[in-house]
Amino acid sequence: MNVVVCVKQIPDPAQPGKLSPDTQTLVRDGKLILDDSDSYGVEMALQLVDAAGEGAVTLVSMAPHSEKSGLRTALAMGAAKAILVSDDALAGSDSLSTAKVLAAAIRRADPDLVIAGTESTDGYTGTVPVQVAEVLGLPSVSFAKRVEVSGGTVRVNRQTEAGSDDVECPLPALVTVTAGVVEPRYPSFKGIMAAKNKPVDEVTVADLGLSAGEVGAAGARQQVLSVTPAEERQSGEIVVDEGDAHQRIVAFLEQLRVI
Amino acid sequence: MPLDKIWVVAEPAPGGAGVASLSLELLTKARDLATTVEAVTWADPTDLAGEVGSYGATTLYGVGDIGALLPGPAVAGAIAAAVVAGSGPKAVLVPQTYDGRDIAARLSVKLDRPVLTNVVGITDTGGLVTEHAIFGGNEVLTARLDAGDPGIYVVRAKSFTAEASGGGRAETAGLEVPELGSANAAAVTQRHVEEQEGPRLDEAAVVVSGGRGLGEAKNFDLVERLAKLLHGAAGASRAIVDAGWVPYSHQVGQTGKTVKPTVYIAVGISGATQHMVGMKGSKNIVAINKDQDAPILSIADLGVVGDVHKVLPKLIEALEARS
Ligand SMILES: Cc1cc2nc3c(=O)[nH]c(=O)nc-3n(C[C@H](O)[C@H](O)[C@H](O)COP(=O)(O)OP(=O)(O)OC[C@H]3O[C@@H](n4cnc5c(N)ncnc54)[C@H](O)[C@@H]3O)c2cc1C
Ligand SMILES: Nc1ncnc2c1ncn2[C@@H]1O[C@H](COP(=O)(O)O)[C@@H](O)[C@H]1O
Repeated sequence: MNVVVCVKQIPDPAQPGKLSPDTQTLVRDGKLILDDSDSYGVEMALQLVDAAGEGAVTLVSMAPHSEKSGLRTALAMGAAKAILVSDDALAGSDSLSTAKVLAAAIRRADPDLVIAGTESTDGYTGTVPVQVAEVLGLPSVSFAKRVEVSGGTVRVNRQTEAGSDDVECPLPALVTVTAGVVEPRYPSFKGIMAAKNKPVDEVTVADLGLSAGEVGAAGARQQVLSVTPAEERQSGEIVVDEGDAHQRIVAFLEQLRVI
Repeated sequence: MPLDKIWVVAEPAPGGAGVASLSLELLTKARDLATTVEAVTWADPTDLAGEVGSYGATTLYGVGDIGALLPGPAVAGAIAAAVVAGSGPKAVLVPQTYDGRDIAARLSVKLDRPVLTNVVGITDTGGLVTEHAIFGGNEVLTARLDAGDPGIYVVRAKSFTAEASGGGRAETAGLEVPELGSANAAAVTQRHVEEQEGPRLDEAAVVVSGGRGLGEAKNFDLVERLAKLLHGAAGASRAIVDAGWVPYSHQVGQTGKTVKPTVYIAVGISGATQHMVGMKGSKNIVAINKDQDAPILSIADLGVVGDVHKVLPKLIEALEARS
């Protein structure tokens, strides 16, 4: 079984985010890392291919400046190869253009199953994966908490408002996985060394048969107008517990008449 | 100038009775923005027509019986077909829920239209301008879609307050679903409904949420006891949901529930941006954290720098003594 995992490479979330003053889009200079939200998808794909006993995991990523650091991390976990779409024309892409680009790259790998995260840490639109499914004409199951594949069918336990649903879907299909579905493995030393020699197929927008006008800032049909500080909450009172802080809380709740 | 027509996706309420509260919030907002408000649902429209009508929709379109299939492809397909046929709206408001995001994503591709998600405000300034909370709600970003129709907006819960319009029952009509092919193949085989006691997390007047600072899973019991004493609901940070201490349904934040209770009590939660975005709108915030530099304390009305293992048992005892 061949599985593609869409992995986003993002600025380190531990660093404070920055918006570019002219385009108001997230600054993506500097080193990018594998989005933690996508490490679950990588792990899930490795486990499914393992269980199937055949096939391979291919990564697909769209990132600026030929960025490969995050891909290397996922390759070190055990993915076999990667397709990286990197092109200056892609800067400023909205979610729909991103989905078109990823879909075109995924076609090259002709997978049985596509896995993505439910939402990325830096963009969190949460629409890219199902947009990819629609471009590819695939059925999709979002918010998977458990995934199994057998006999050409993927079985998913899907998060719902009321609890969860068991959902079945014939392959090929796309599934988005929530954080915590599986415990992502740490790359071993051997894995890290092996990753250095794994193939990364780097392609441009033209290679994918897309035109530069439909992607990137040129194709984006949404515009950021302003970014302003939110109304600050009045900062309140801070008390250091000396054994009686619970009384302060009780008094506060009384004052609010919730008790 | 109001828009001529907005469609709101009317999601059936979880568990089955009536319309989801988020869809009612969207209907309320749509009345401000458009002359005609209509709704689209995948449930039986005759069951929901009264309720959507009383929130301002004049027509409720049903996409027909989808059986056990997930609703994304059929609902997106039906709306897209109507738009192509020229009877579509200027804007579609979609609830930011599991099914809502699927619908918006597929609709966006079918119509080759962009989609804005995480919307928390919409104003009409000669075209719709959306607000988005970024960096944990510390900054507000405003955005606009280009001039094409329709605009697709995916809106977070509790961004607007639902208010009935006093309107009568909506007319019901069918919306034709075109041939959807292999994309329409994911079907539910079994539904699991989690038992729940007390008020719902997103409706409770008091929410007590626990985080990793509780130390271990069994201490979540303290959070639940406190919530019960205050007739509230128990919530959680993602850290302890991922760790398996509590089910996902308790999660508050970016990927969990948005809550706006009278009082939110955060116990052993650091206040990551993704957590804050789900609770910053609470009227009053109490936080207990042993680290005086924890970000949650900077937004608390009452911040207690202390150990949850000391403060919580005493607080519970004091409240028990009163009741
Ligand atoms: C895409 C994405 C989406 C996310 N969505 C969400 C979401 O919806 N909701 C969410 O909550 N998070 C979300 N997160 C995760 C978020 O970034 C944080 O990791 C998480 O909120 C941290 O949970 P926590 O505060 O319980 O744990 P920590 O950050 O580990 O904080 C624990 C706190 O407890 C305090 N503490 C420790 N011991 C004690 C004690 N004995 N007494 C008192 N205080 C103590 C510590 O000082 C610390 O402040 C998301 C992350 C990503 C990347
Ligand atoms: N640039 C990208 N490259 C690869 N995968 C992506 C990219 N953007 C989004 N994705 C995938 O889509 C998921 C959801 O992202 P988003 O829609 O940005 O919240 C991510 O977890 C990835 O699996």
